[in-house]
Amino acid sequence: MTMTKVDQIVDARGLACPMPIVKTAQAMKGLASSQMLEVLATDAGSVRDFQAWSRSTGNVLIEMTEEAGTYRFLLQKK
Amino acid sequence: MTLVAEPPALAPEQRTTTAPALEPEVEAETKTKELVIVNWSGEFDRILPMLILSSAAGASGVGCKVFVTFWGLLPFVRDGKRLTGENWMQKMLALMQRPGIDHVKLSKMNFMGMGPWMIRSLMKKYHVASPRELLEAAQAMGVEFVPCQMTMDLLGIRREDLIEGMGEPAGAAAAIEMMTGANASLFI
Repeated sequence: MTMTKVDQIVDARGLACPMPIVKTAQAMKGLASSQMLEVLATDAGSVRDFQAWSRSTGNVLIEMTEEAGTYRFLLQKK
Repeated sequence: MTLVAEPPALAPEQRTTTAPALEPEVEAETKTKELVIVNWSGEFDRILPMLILSSAAGASGVGCKVFVTFWGLLPFVRDGKRLTGENWMQKMLALMQRPGIDHVKLSKMNFMGMGPWMIRSLMKKYHVASPRELLEAAQAMGVEFVPCQMTMDLLGIRREDLIEGMGEPAGAAAAIEMMTGANASLFI
């Protein structure tokens, strides 16, 4: 468990594709460069989606964990 | 006469020479990628992937334009506009296929509306966003929906009959320019 300071949290639990990344992209707009965003999701497809999204947008996927069916993505705005 | 099928002697593989190392695409890094979708069908099961892909493109920082043509234009008719068209044939078409995002039919297993009702129920159960929610998300993500002028004339659909925020109506040449300029294009 890293003790990174999170600037904002997006709770996308229960949402299906493509809403987790849509909500993440919307939240990212409000952040400044190098700020941290944490995303919670339950969509199993989000594992590959967030890796792809990070490659497409240049925002860095710092950490990806899973606990009891909830995925947690820690992203840093580029 | 005997025919002996003899396989041609295989040339020895001469692929030992090393191919030149591929130059990394530097340009792709700097230029914003683009996706263009031609939205033709207007059916529930095709509108859905069109909206999912376009909103995901917008969310991924990929520029996305959707050329909205033929049956694909009907879901883009604004709420409350029940009957589109100026003559009886255009009006009759609108009666046969009710315009608007909430009235899209399935391309298969429609069963007089039973199919879409079941799909919508399942989508609710599994928290899949509805076509309406997805359309709003796509527009919020900067996806541009460009209506086809010829379809508007053909079906008697005016600009004020369409939802807010659509792009300037355009024709085939504009669609071609969009598609050839994009990194990927789809016809749905």
